[in-house]
Amino acid sequence: MIALLRRDLMLAFRAGGGFGLGLAFFLIVTVLVPFSVGPHPDLLGTIAPGVLWLGALLACLLSLDRLLALDYEDGTLDLLATAPLPLEAALSVKALSHWVTTGLPLVLAAPVLGVMLNLAPSGYLWLVASLGLGTPALSVIGTFGAALTVGIKRGGLLMSLLVLPLYVPTLIFGAEAARRGAMGLDATTPLTLLAGITFGTIALMPFASAAVLRMTLR
Amino acid sequence: MTLRVTDLAVARGGVPVLDGVSFAVEQGAALILRGPNGAGKTTLLRCIAGLQPPLSGQIDGAEETIAYAGHADGLKAMLSVRENLTFWAQVFGQRDISDALAAYDLEPLQDRLAGTLSAGQKRRLGLARLMVTGRPIWVLDEPTVSLDAAAVGLFAAAVTAHLGAGGTALIATHIDLGLKAHSFDITPFRAKPSQRSGASDEAFL
Repeated sequence: MIALLRRDLMLAFRAGGGFGLGLAFFLIVTVLVPFSVGPHPDLLGTIAPGVLWLGALLACLLSLDRLLALDYEDGTLDLLATAPLPLEAALSVKALSHWVTTGLPLVLAAPVLGVMLNLAPSGYLWLVASLGLGTPALSVIGTFGAALTVGIKRGGLLMSLLVLPLYVPTLIFGAEAARRGAMGLDATTPLTLLAGITFGTIALMPFASAAVLRMTLR
Repeated sequence: MTLRVTDLAVARGGVPVLDGVSFAVEQGAALILRGPNGAGKTTLLRCIAGLQPPLSGQIDGAEETIAYAGHADGLKAMLSVRENLTFWAQVFGQRDISDALAAYDLEPLQDRLAGTLSAGQKRRLGLARLMVTGRPIWVLDEPTVSLDAAAVGLFAAAVTAHLGAGGTALIATHIDLGLKAHSFDITPFRAKPSQRSGASDEAFL
């Protein structure tokens, strides 16, 4: 498992690995929002948690295409399926490496971009906490979507349509926690629900992903 | 470790391609699968490797013992020869890759990126992967594609050494490898075209 994680991270950081794609997208979206909304600091501060969460979600979605497709094309998935490593574990590792290369940089970049969107000072802690708790769910659910569409040429559109509805609960509770935090309200309830969704998907989704992947491979 | 296939029927895309296939490969022996293109060699081998379920019949001795090599080698272009091989060795819980590098004459290439290798060199690396799995049964689907005569010789030597160490090999190929092995022609087992079975979802794939 560690070998697979190391290999995936190494591939992501080498040339053409796609590391930074999600982060760059996230940066562009949040930098452009003040231009499109206009110079209203109060309005920007109000929408900042929602914009940051939406940007992070779409950035995650953008990089899902490559998550399994590359391994499918060069035959790695076939060989992994015959390896002693259970496919559930392999897909959990894939989701983890996706989170490390996509979700984690977003979590770290979000406070900096919060300044640009005039996020209220009380909101930073909650923003980072909600993104840190929520983005793993995005990676795990995304792995499921990638496994569903891996055999399909140009499956990106189909995968987005399948995955986006599953992202909605995470987005609602994540953005709500960040918004409440920014307004100085108690954010523990949405944050707890968000954590519940994340841990639930981490526990259950790999089994669903492995089941559909076995079907796609045969 | 004997690989035994009894009365096996396999389908591709919901259409049965083979029916009633039975054979056994004893420990230390190799079996060469023959048959024209489209006869179902790949489907049969994928079934034995556990990548797809059979329609009916039984496969014995195949759990956690098979090293499968298909048409794609599972190589990463941005990793070096050594890194590719080390990764697969670690996945299969092995450590030593020097024997595999030596057997396929890959030592001069070990620090090159796999993406810069020629087709035949990639194939040699893909076959070297079998040696780092530590698995006793090799299931190989047209292993000699894009290999030159010298590399075919290396491959035959590697298979002979594997058999000598108590391994087993099942090889689908069209050329003569110079191995002491029985041949098994799957052409007579072609399924009747009128049959149609399998889960409804397979018909759409």
